[in-house]
Amino acid sequence: MSNENPIVEILDVHKSYGPTPILRGVSLRVQAGEVIVIAGRSGGGKSTLLRCIDQLETIDSGEITVCGEAMAGSTIHLAPGQMARLRQNLGMVFQQFNLFPHLSVLDNIIAAPTKVLGIPRALATAEARVLLARVGLPEKENAFPKQLSGGQQQRVAIARALAMQPKVMLFDEPTSALDPEMIREVLDVMMDLSRRGMTMIVVSHEMSFARAAADRIILMHRGQIVDDLPPEQFFTAPSSEHTRQFLAKRLG
Amino acid sequence: MTWSWNSFFEYLVSPYILAGVWTTVWLTCVSMAIGIVLGFVAALMKMSNSAVLRGIASFYVWLWRGTPLLVQLVIIYTGLPQFGIKLGVIESALLGFGLNEGAYFAEVVRAGIMSVDQGQTDAARALGMDYRRMMRIVILPQAFRVVVPPLGNQFNGMLKTSSLASVISMEELLRHAQQLAQIEFRVLEAYLVAAIYYVILTSIWGQVQKRIEAYYGKPYMLSGNVALPEPDLALR
Repeated sequence: MSNENPIVEILDVHKSYGPTPILRGVSLRVQAGEVIVIAGRSGGGKSTLLRCIDQLETIDSGEITVCGEAMAGSTIHLAPGQMARLRQNLGMVFQQFNLFPHLSVLDNIIAAPTKVLGIPRALATAEARVLLARVGLPEKENAFPKQLSGGQQQRVAIARALAMQPKVMLFDEPTSALDPEMIREVLDVMMDLSRRGMTMIVVSHEMSFARAAADRIILMHRGQIVDDLPPEQFFTAPSSEHTRQFLAKRLG
Repeated sequence: MTWSWNSFFEYLVSPYILAGVWTTVWLTCVSMAIGIVLGFVAALMKMSNSAVLRGIASFYVWLWRGTPLLVQLVIIYTGLPQFGIKLGVIESALLGFGLNEGAYFAEVVRAGIMSVDQGQTDAARALGMDYRRMMRIVILPQAFRVVVPPLGNQFNGMLKTSSLASVISMEELLRHAQQLAQIEFRVLEAYLVAAIYYVILTSIWGQVQKRIEAYYGKPYMLSGNVALPEPDLALR
Protein backbone atom coordinates (compact mmCIF):
# COMPACT_ATOMS: atom_id res chain seq x y z
CA MET A 1 0.00 0.00 0.00
CA SER A 2 2.76 2.45 0.83
CA ASN A 3 4.06 2.46 -2.72
CA GLU A 4 0.82 3.45 -4.41
CA ASN A 5 0.46 7.06 -5.51
CA PRO A 6 0.80 9.08 -2.33
CA ILE A 7 -1.48 12.09 -1.89
CA VAL A 8 1.39 14.06 -0.38
CA GLU A 9 4.96 13.34 -1.33
CA ILE A 10 7.91 15.14 0.18
CA LEU A 11 11.33 14.32 -1.25
CA ASP A 12 14.62 15.31 0.35
CA VAL A 13 13.48 18.81 1.36
CA HIS A 14 16.07 21.21 2.72
CA LYS A 15 15.46 24.65 4.15
CA SER A 16 17.53 27.16 6.10
CA TYR A 17 16.82 30.51 7.67
CA GLY A 18 20.07 32.27 6.84
CA PRO A 19 22.85 30.08 8.20
CA THR A 20 20.48 28.06 10.41
CA PRO A 21 19.32 24.78 8.86
CA ILE A 22 15.66 24.06 9.71
CA LEU A 23 14.90 21.07 7.47
CA ARG A 24 17.78 18.73 6.61
CA GLY A 25 16.66 16.28 4.00
CA VAL A 26 13.06 15.44 4.95
CA SER A 27 11.21 12.81 2.91
CA LEU A 28 7.66 11.71 3.65
CA ARG A 29 4.92 9.92 1.73
CA VAL A 30 1.34 10.20 2.90
CA GLN A 31 -1.40 7.99 1.45
CA ALA A 32 -4.99 9.16 1.02
CA GLY A 33 -6.94 8.68 4.24
CA GLU A 34 -3.88 8.46 6.46
CA VAL A 35 -3.60 10.44 9.68
CA ILE A 36 -0.02 11.46 10.41
CA VAL A 37 0.97 13.05 13.69
CA ILE A 38 4.29 14.86 13.78
CA ALA A 39 5.83 15.35 17.21
CA GLY A 40 9.18 16.44 18.54
CA ARG A 41 10.91 19.17 20.48
CA SER A 42 10.28 22.76 19.46
CA GLY A 43 12.77 23.96 16.89
CA GLY A 44 12.81 20.55 15.26
CA GLY A 45 11.24 21.86 12.07
CA LYS A 46 7.72 20.42 12.45
CA SER A 47 5.78 23.61 11.77
CA THR A 48 8.19 24.68 9.05
CA LEU A 49 7.66 21.35 7.28
CA LEU A 50 3.89 21.84 7.42
CA ARG A 51 4.15 25.40 6.12
CA CYS A 52 6.42 24.22 3.31
CA ILE A 53 3.80 21.70 2.19
CA ASP A 54 1.33 24.57 1.78
CA GLN A 55 4.14 26.75 0.35
CA LEU A 56 3.62 29.42 2.98
CA GLU A 57 7.39 28.98 3.17
CA THR A 58 9.62 28.30 0.20
CA ILE A 59 12.09 25.44 0.23
CA ASP A 60 15.77 25.56 -0.70
CA SER A 61 15.86 22.16 -2.41
CA GLY A 62 13.85 18.99 -2.75
CA GLU A 63 10.38 18.35 -4.13
CA ILE A 64 6.85 18.60 -2.77
CA THR A 65 3.92 17.04 -4.62
CA VAL A 66 0.29 17.21 -3.52
CA CYS A 67 -2.48 15.30 -5.29
CA GLY A 68 -0.10 14.53 -8.15
CA GLU A 69 0.68 18.20 -8.75
CA ALA A 70 4.11 19.66 -8.00
CA MET A 71 3.96 22.43 -5.38
CA ALA A 72 7.71 23.02 -5.21
CA GLY A 73 10.90 21.68 -6.72
CA SER A 74 14.02 22.77 -8.53
CA THR A 75 12.27 22.82 -11.92
CA ILE A 76 8.95 24.14 -10.64
CA HIS A 77 8.16 27.81 -11.12
CA LEU A 78 4.50 28.43 -10.49
CA ALA A 79 2.74 31.67 -11.27
CA PRO A 80 1.08 33.13 -8.16
CA GLY A 81 -2.37 32.31 -9.54
CA GLN A 82 -1.42 28.65 -10.09
CA MET A 83 -0.05 28.46 -6.56
CA ALA A 84 -3.32 29.81 -5.18
CA ARG A 85 -5.20 27.12 -7.13
CA LEU A 86 -2.92 24.30 -5.93
CA ARG A 87 -3.31 25.43 -2.33
CA GLN A 88 -7.02 24.65 -2.64
CA ASN A 89 -6.10 20.96 -2.31
CA LEU A 90 -4.91 21.72 1.19
CA GLY A 91 -6.72 23.05 4.22
CA MET A 92 -4.68 24.55 7.01
CA VAL A 93 -5.45 25.13 10.69
CA PHE A 94 -3.13 27.42 12.65
CA GLN A 95 -2.00 27.54 16.25
CA GLN A 96 -3.38 31.09 16.61
CA PHE A 97 -6.62 30.28 14.68
CA ASN A 98 -6.15 33.32 12.39
CA LEU A 99 -9.86 33.90 11.92
CA PHE A 100 -10.65 37.14 10.08
CA PRO A 101 -11.64 39.44 12.97
CA HIS A 102 -13.65 41.87 10.82
CA LEU A 103 -15.97 39.13 9.49
CA SER A 104 -18.71 37.20 11.22
CA VAL A 105 -18.31 33.45 11.74
CA LEU A 106 -20.48 32.77 8.69
CA ASP A 107 -18.56 35.22 6.51
CA ASN A 108 -15.27 33.73 7.68
CA ILE A 109 -16.42 30.37 6.39
CA ILE A 110 -18.01 31.44 3.10
CA ALA A 111 -15.47 34.13 2.10
CA ALA A 112 -13.17 31.78 0.18
CA PRO A 113 -15.87 29.47 -1.28
CA THR A 114 -17.83 32.44 -2.67
CA LYS A 115 -15.00 34.75 -3.69
CA VAL A 116 -12.39 32.19 -4.78
CA LEU A 117 -14.45 29.25 -6.05
CA GLY A 118 -17.44 31.36 -7.12
CA ILE A 119 -20.00 29.23 -5.28
CA PRO A 120 -23.33 31.11 -4.95
CA ARG A 121 -23.77 32.70 -1.55
CA ALA A 122 -26.94 30.80 -0.70
CA LEU A 123 -25.32 27.44 -1.43
CA ALA A 124 -22.13 28.34 0.44
CA THR A 125 -24.20 29.47 3.41
CA ALA A 126 -26.11 26.20 3.49
CA GLU A 127 -22.85 24.24 3.38
CA ALA A 128 -21.34 26.48 6.07
CA ARG A 129 -24.29 25.72 8.36
CA VAL A 130 -23.74 22.00 7.93
CA LEU A 131 -20.07 22.47 8.85
CA LEU A 132 -20.91 24.66 11.85
CA ALA A 133 -23.24 21.97 13.11
CA ARG A 134 -20.49 19.39 12.63
CA VAL A 135 -18.04 21.39 14.76
CA GLY A 136 -20.75 21.92 17.38
CA LEU A 137 -21.38 25.64 16.85
CA PRO A 138 -24.69 25.82 14.97
CA GLU A 139 -25.86 28.92 16.86
CA LYS A 140 -22.73 31.02 16.36
CA GLU A 141 -22.94 32.01 12.70
CA ASN A 142 -23.57 35.69 13.42
CA ALA A 143 -20.97 36.02 16.16
CA PHE A 144 -17.66 37.74 15.54
CA PRO A 145 -14.42 35.93 16.38
CA LYS A 146 -13.76 38.18 19.37
CA GLN A 147 -16.98 36.92 20.97
CA LEU A 148 -15.80 33.31 20.90
CA SER A 149 -13.55 31.35 23.21
CA GLY A 150 -10.28 29.99 21.85
CA GLY A 151 -11.70 26.52 21.43
CA GLN A 152 -14.71 27.86 19.58
CA GLN A 153 -12.50 29.98 17.33
CA GLN A 154 -10.38 26.98 16.46
CA ARG A 155 -13.46 24.93 15.61
CA VAL A 156 -14.66 27.74 13.32
CA ALA A 157 -11.18 27.78 11.76
CA ILE A 158 -11.51 24.05 11.04
CA ALA A 159 -14.94 24.61 9.49
CA ARG A 160 -13.52 27.44 7.40
CA ALA A 161 -10.75 25.21 6.05
CA LEU A 162 -13.20 22.36 5.35
CA ALA A 163 -15.51 24.69 3.43
CA MET A 164 -12.98 24.68 0.57
CA GLN A 165 -13.34 20.88 0.40
CA PRO A 166 -9.61 20.20 0.68
CA LYS A 167 -8.11 16.78 -0.03
CA VAL A 168 -5.65 17.06 2.83
CA MET A 169 -5.92 18.91 6.14
CA LEU A 170 -2.81 20.34 7.79
CA PHE A 171 -2.94 21.17 11.50
CA ASP A 172 -0.16 23.32 12.95
CA GLU A 173 -0.23 22.80 16.73
CA PRO A 174 -4.01 23.33 16.77
CA THR A 175 -4.40 23.06 20.53
CA SER A 176 -1.17 24.66 21.77
CA ALA A 177 -2.73 28.10 22.27
CA LEU A 178 -5.79 26.74 24.08
CA ASP A 179 -6.66 26.55 27.74
CA PRO A 180 -6.63 22.92 28.90
CA GLU A 181 -10.41 22.70 29.22
CA MET A 182 -10.84 23.66 25.55
CA ILE A 183 -8.38 21.20 24.07
CA ARG A 184 -10.87 18.32 24.23
CA GLU A 185 -13.54 20.03 22.10
CA VAL A 186 -11.03 20.69 19.31
CA LEU A 187 -9.55 17.19 19.45
CA ASP A 188 -13.08 15.73 19.27
CA VAL A 189 -13.68 17.60 16.01
CA MET A 190 -10.37 16.31 14.67
CA MET A 191 -11.21 12.74 15.74
CA ASP A 192 -14.50 13.04 13.89
CA LEU A 193 -12.65 14.22 10.78
CA SER A 194 -10.24 11.31 10.91
CA ARG A 195 -13.14 8.84 11.22
CA ARG A 196 -14.65 10.36 8.08
CA GLY A 197 -11.50 9.37 6.22
CA MET A 198 -9.88 12.80 5.86
CA THR A 199 -6.17 12.74 5.13
CA MET A 200 -4.55 14.69 7.95
CA ILE A 201 -1.06 15.82 8.84
CA VAL A 202 -1.08 17.06 12.41
CA VAL A 203 1.78 18.76 14.23
CA SER A 204 0.87 18.22 17.85
CA HIS A 205 2.09 17.14 21.25
CA GLU A 206 -1.30 15.66 22.13
CA MET A 207 -0.17 12.04 22.48
CA SER A 208 -3.68 10.91 23.46
CA PHE A 209 -4.91 12.09 20.07
CA ALA A 210 -1.92 10.50 18.33
CA ARG A 211 -2.55 7.18 20.07
CA ALA A 212 -6.25 7.19 19.18
CA ALA A 213 -6.24 8.64 15.66
CA ALA A 214 -2.82 8.38 14.05
CA ASP A 215 -1.86 5.76 11.50
CA ARG A 216 1.75 6.84 11.85
CA ILE A 217 3.55 8.99 14.37
CA ILE A 218 6.62 10.85 13.21
CA LEU A 219 9.31 12.26 15.45
CA MET A 220 11.31 15.16 14.10
CA HIS A 221 14.61 16.15 15.63
CA ARG A 222 16.82 18.94 14.36
CA GLY A 223 15.27 19.06 10.92
CA GLN A 224 15.17 15.34 10.28
CA ILE A 225 12.63 12.56 10.66
CA VAL A 226 14.14 10.16 13.18
CA ASP A 227 11.12 7.89 13.68
CA ASP A 228 8.08 7.03 11.56
CA LEU A 229 6.07 4.28 13.22
CA PRO A 230 2.52 3.10 13.91
CA PRO A 231 1.31 4.26 17.36
CA GLU A 232 1.72 0.91 19.15
CA GLN A 233 5.35 0.66 18.06
CA PHE A 234 6.02 4.36 18.58
CA PHE A 235 4.99 4.17 22.22
CA THR A 236 6.42 0.76 23.09
CA ALA A 237 9.39 0.16 20.82
CA PRO A 238 10.67 3.36 19.18
CA SER A 239 13.84 2.97 17.17
CA SER A 240 15.37 6.35 17.94
CA GLU A 241 16.94 7.48 21.19
CA HIS A 242 15.35 10.92 20.58
CA THR A 243 11.90 9.34 20.59
CA ARG A 244 12.61 7.57 23.87
CA GLN A 245 13.73 10.86 25.41
CA PHE A 246 10.67 12.65 24.02
CA LEU A 247 8.31 10.00 25.38
CA ALA A 248 10.03 9.95 28.76
CA LYS A 249 9.37 13.66 29.12
CA ARG A 250 5.83 13.55 27.75
CA LEU A 251 4.52 10.47 29.47
CA GLY A 252 6.57 10.84 32.64
CA MET B 1 -14.36 101.74 11.14
CA THR B 2 -16.41 100.03 13.84
CA TRP B 3 -17.81 96.52 13.95
CA SER B 4 -21.05 96.09 12.02
CA TRP B 5 -23.46 93.38 13.08
CA ASN B 6 -25.50 94.14 10.00
CA SER B 7 -22.69 93.29 7.64
CA PHE B 8 -21.75 90.27 9.71
CA PHE B 9 -25.23 88.73 9.48
CA GLU B 10 -25.57 89.77 5.89
CA TYR B 11 -22.36 87.89 5.04
CA LEU B 12 -23.33 84.95 7.21
CA VAL B 13 -26.37 84.16 5.04
CA SER B 14 -25.03 85.54 1.79
CA PRO B 15 -25.54 83.14 -1.15
CA TYR B 16 -22.10 84.20 -2.37
CA ILE B 17 -20.48 82.91 0.84
CA LEU B 18 -22.62 79.76 0.80
CA ALA B 19 -21.52 79.09 -2.76
CA GLY B 20 -17.93 79.32 -1.49
CA VAL B 21 -18.74 76.90 1.34
CA TRP B 22 -20.14 74.42 -1.15
CA THR B 23 -17.03 74.71 -3.34
CA THR B 24 -14.82 74.11 -0.30
CA VAL B 25 -16.82 70.98 0.54
CA TRP B 26 -16.65 69.36 -2.86
CA LEU B 27 -13.08 70.48 -3.45
CA THR B 28 -12.12 68.76 -0.20
CA CYS B 29 -14.10 65.59 -0.94
CA VAL B 30 -12.79 65.17 -4.48
CA SER B 31 -9.21 65.98 -3.46
CA MET B 32 -9.41 63.42 -0.66
CA ALA B 33 -10.86 60.82 -3.01
CA ILE B 34 -7.98 61.37 -5.45
CA GLY B 35 -5.53 61.34 -2.53
CA ILE B 36 -6.92 58.08 -1.14
CA VAL B 37 -6.65 56.30 -4.48
CA LEU B 38 -3.11 57.63 -5.06
CA GLY B 39 -2.19 56.81 -1.47
CA PHE B 40 -3.35 53.21 -1.78
CA VAL B 41 -1.52 52.75 -5.07
CA ALA B 42 1.66 54.33 -3.72
CA ALA B 43 1.48 52.27 -0.51
CA LEU B 44 1.06 49.00 -2.43
CA MET B 45 3.89 50.02 -4.77
CA LYS B 46 6.12 50.82 -1.80
CA MET B 47 5.45 47.33 -0.41
CA SER B 48 5.86 45.49 -3.72
CA ASN B 49 8.68 43.16 -4.64
CA SER B 50 9.66 45.28 -7.63
CA ALA B 51 12.51 47.68 -6.93
CA VAL B 52 11.33 49.91 -9.79
CA LEU B 53 7.81 50.29 -8.36
CA ARG B 54 9.22 50.85 -4.89
CA GLY B 55 11.60 53.48 -6.27
CA ILE B 56 8.89 55.39 -8.14
CA ALA B 57 6.60 55.43 -5.10
CA SER B 58 9.37 56.43 -2.70
CA PHE B 59 10.45 59.27 -5.02
CA TYR B 60 6.89 60.56 -5.25
CA VAL B 61 6.32 60.47 -1.50
CA TRP B 62 9.72 62.03 -0.82
CA LEU B 63 9.33 64.89 -3.30
CA TRP B 64 5.76 65.80 -2.44
CA ARG B 65 6.27 65.65 1.31
CA GLY B 66 9.47 67.64 0.94
CA THR B 67 7.96 70.69 -0.75
CA PRO B 68 5.27 73.14 0.42
CA LEU B 69 1.80 72.58 -0.96
CA LEU B 70 1.56 76.24 -1.89
CA VAL B 71 4.68 75.92 -4.05
CA GLN B 72 3.23 72.80 -5.70
CA LEU B 73 0.00 74.66 -6.46
CA VAL B 74 1.61 77.69 -8.10
CA ILE B 75 3.98 75.45 -10.08
CA ILE B 76 1.03 73.46 -11.42
CA TYR B 77 -1.11 76.51 -12.19
CA THR B 78 1.40 79.14 -13.27
CA GLY B 79 4.55 77.12 -13.99
CA LEU B 80 3.38 74.22 -16.13
CA PRO B 81 2.02 76.48 -18.93
CA GLN B 82 5.68 77.12 -19.81
CA PHE B 83 5.77 73.49 -20.93
CA GLY B 84 2.54 73.97 -22.80
CA ILE B 85 0.52 72.22 -20.08
CA LYS B 86 -2.34 74.58 -19.35
CA LEU B 87 -4.68 73.45 -16.61
CA GLY B 88 -7.71 75.35 -15.45
CA VAL B 89 -8.08 76.55 -11.88
CA ILE B 90 -10.22 73.61 -10.79
CA GLU B 91 -8.01 71.00 -12.47
CA SER B 92 -4.90 72.57 -10.96
CA ALA B 93 -6.38 72.65 -7.47
CA LEU B 94 -7.60 69.04 -7.64
CA LEU B 95 -4.29 67.81 -9.07
CA GLY B 96 -2.26 69.75 -6.50
CA PHE B 97 -4.32 68.71 -3.50
CA GLY B 98 -4.81 65.13 -4.70
CA LEU B 99 -1.10 64.54 -5.29
CA ASN B 100 -0.21 66.12 -1.97
CA GLU B 101 -2.78 64.14 0.02
CA GLY B 102 -1.73 60.94 -1.77
CA ALA B 103 1.87 61.37 -0.66
CA TYR B 104 0.85 61.66 2.98
CA PHE B 105 -1.82 59.01 2.75
CA ALA B 106 0.66 56.51 1.28
CA GLU B 107 2.51 56.35 4.60
CA VAL B 108 -0.75 56.08 6.54
CA VAL B 109 -1.97 53.18 4.42
CA ARG B 110 1.39 51.44 4.61
CA ALA B 111 1.30 51.63 8.40
CA GLY B 112 -2.27 50.31 8.33
CA ILE B 113 -1.36 47.32 6.18
CA MET B 114 1.68 46.53 8.30
CA SER B 115 -0.52 46.58 11.40
CA VAL B 116 -2.46 43.54 10.13
CA ASP B 117 -1.16 40.35 11.68
CA GLN B 118 1.01 38.07 9.49
CA GLY B 119 -1.31 35.20 10.44
CA GLN B 120 -4.06 36.86 8.40
CA THR B 121 -1.89 36.64 5.29
CA ASP B 122 -1.14 32.99 6.04
CA ALA B 123 -4.83 32.19 6.48
CA ALA B 124 -5.85 34.01 3.30
CA ARG B 125 -3.18 32.27 1.21
CA ALA B 126 -3.94 28.89 2.75
CA LEU B 127 -7.56 29.36 1.64
CA GLY B 128 -6.38 29.69 -1.95
CA MET B 129 -6.72 33.46 -2.25
CA ASP B 130 -4.43 35.22 -4.72
CA TYR B 131 -2.84 38.58 -3.87
CA ARG B 132 -5.75 40.68 -5.07
CA ARG B 133 -8.41 38.71 -3.21
CA MET B 134 -6.26 38.58 -0.09
CA MET B 135 -5.89 42.36 -0.15
CA ARG B 136 -9.54 43.07 -0.95
CA ILE B 137 -11.21 40.54 1.35
CA VAL B 138 -8.81 40.20 4.26
CA ILE B 139 -6.03 42.78 4.54
CA LEU B 140 -7.43 46.14 3.39
CA PRO B 141 -10.69 46.02 5.41
CA GLN B 142 -8.62 45.43 8.54
CA ALA B 143 -6.04 48.06 7.56
CA PHE B 144 -8.87 50.50 6.90
CA ARG B 145 -10.01 50.36 10.50
CA VAL B 146 -6.54 51.47 11.59
CA VAL B 147 -6.40 54.09 8.86
CA VAL B 148 -9.74 55.82 9.59
CA PRO B 149 -8.55 58.03 12.48
CA PRO B 150 -5.51 59.46 10.65
CA LEU B 151 -7.58 59.68 7.47
CA GLY B 152 -10.13 61.71 9.41
CA ASN B 153 -7.40 64.05 10.60
CA GLN B 154 -6.30 64.53 7.01
CA PHE B 155 -9.85 65.25 5.92
CA ASN B 156 -10.15 67.83 8.67
CA GLY B 157 -6.84 69.34 7.57
CA MET B 158 -7.90 69.32 3.93
CA LEU B 159 -11.09 71.29 4.69
CA LYS B 160 -8.86 74.12 5.93
CA THR B 161 -5.93 73.60 3.56
CA SER B 162 -8.32 73.94 0.62
CA SER B 163 -8.25 77.68 1.38
CA LEU B 164 -4.79 77.75 -0.23
CA ALA B 165 -6.57 77.38 -3.57
CA SER B 166 -7.67 81.01 -3.19
CA VAL B 167 -4.11 81.88 -4.22
CA ILE B 168 -4.74 80.46 -7.68
CA SER B 169 -8.15 82.20 -7.71
CA MET B 170 -10.26 79.12 -6.99
CA GLU B 171 -13.72 80.38 -6.07
CA GLU B 172 -13.89 78.79 -2.67
CA LEU B 173 -14.88 80.03 0.80
CA LEU B 174 -11.81 82.12 1.63
CA ARG B 175 -11.69 83.80 -1.77
CA HIS B 176 -15.36 84.73 -1.57
CA ALA B 177 -14.80 86.16 1.89
CA GLN B 178 -11.84 88.13 0.55
CA GLN B 179 -13.93 89.58 -2.22
CA LEU B 180 -16.75 90.54 0.11
CA ALA B 181 -14.22 92.18 2.38
CA GLN B 182 -12.97 94.33 -0.48
CA ILE B 183 -16.39 95.63 -1.44
CA GLU B 184 -17.20 97.47 1.80
CA PHE B 185 -13.88 97.01 3.60
CA ARG B 186 -15.72 95.03 6.29
CA VAL B 187 -12.63 92.86 6.66
CA LEU B 188 -13.14 91.41 10.14
CA GLU B 189 -16.81 90.64 9.50
CA ALA B 190 -16.06 88.82 6.25
CA TYR B 191 -13.14 86.77 7.56
CA LEU B 192 -14.94 85.89 10.80
CA VAL B 193 -17.83 84.54 8.75
CA ALA B 194 -15.34 82.43 6.79
CA ALA B 195 -13.79 81.19 10.04
CA ILE B 196 -17.22 80.27 11.42
CA TYR B 197 -18.02 78.19 8.34
CA TYR B 198 -14.68 76.38 8.59
CA VAL B 199 -15.45 75.51 12.22
CA ILE B 200 -18.93 74.30 11.25
CA LEU B 201 -17.54 72.12 8.46
CA THR B 202 -14.81 70.54 10.60
CA SER B 203 -17.31 69.94 13.41
CA ILE B 204 -19.74 68.16 11.08
CA TRP B 205 -16.85 66.09 9.77
CA GLY B 206 -15.88 65.19 13.36
CA GLN B 207 -19.31 63.64 13.86
CA VAL B 208 -19.16 61.77 10.57
CA GLN B 209 -15.71 60.44 11.46
CA LYS B 210 -16.99 59.16 14.81
CA ARG B 211 -19.68 57.14 13.03
CA ILE B 212 -17.23 55.68 10.54
CA GLU B 213 -14.86 54.67 13.33
CA ALA B 214 -17.71 53.09 15.26
CA TYR B 215 -18.76 51.15 12.18
CA TYR B 216 -15.33 49.70 11.47
CA GLY B 217 -14.59 49.15 15.14
CA LYS B 218 -17.80 47.24 15.85
CA PRO B 219 -16.49 43.67 15.40
CA TYR B 220 -13.69 44.51 17.84
CA MET B 221 -15.81 46.25 20.47
CA LEU B 222 -18.42 43.54 21.01
CA SER B 223 -18.34 42.12 24.47
CA GLY B 224 -17.40 38.50 24.28
CA ASN B 225 -18.77 35.51 26.11
CA VAL B 226 -15.19 34.55 26.89
CA ALA B 227 -14.42 33.41 30.41
CA LEU B 228 -17.81 34.38 31.78
CA PRO B 229 -18.00 32.36 34.99
CA GLU B 230 -20.92 30.01 35.39
CA PRO B 231 -23.28 31.21 38.13
CA ASP B 232 -22.35 29.36 41.24
CA LEU B 233 -25.58 27.71 42.39
CA ALA B 234 -24.17 26.75 45.76
CA LEU B 235 -23.77 30.39 46.72
CA ARG B 236 -27.35 31.38 46.02
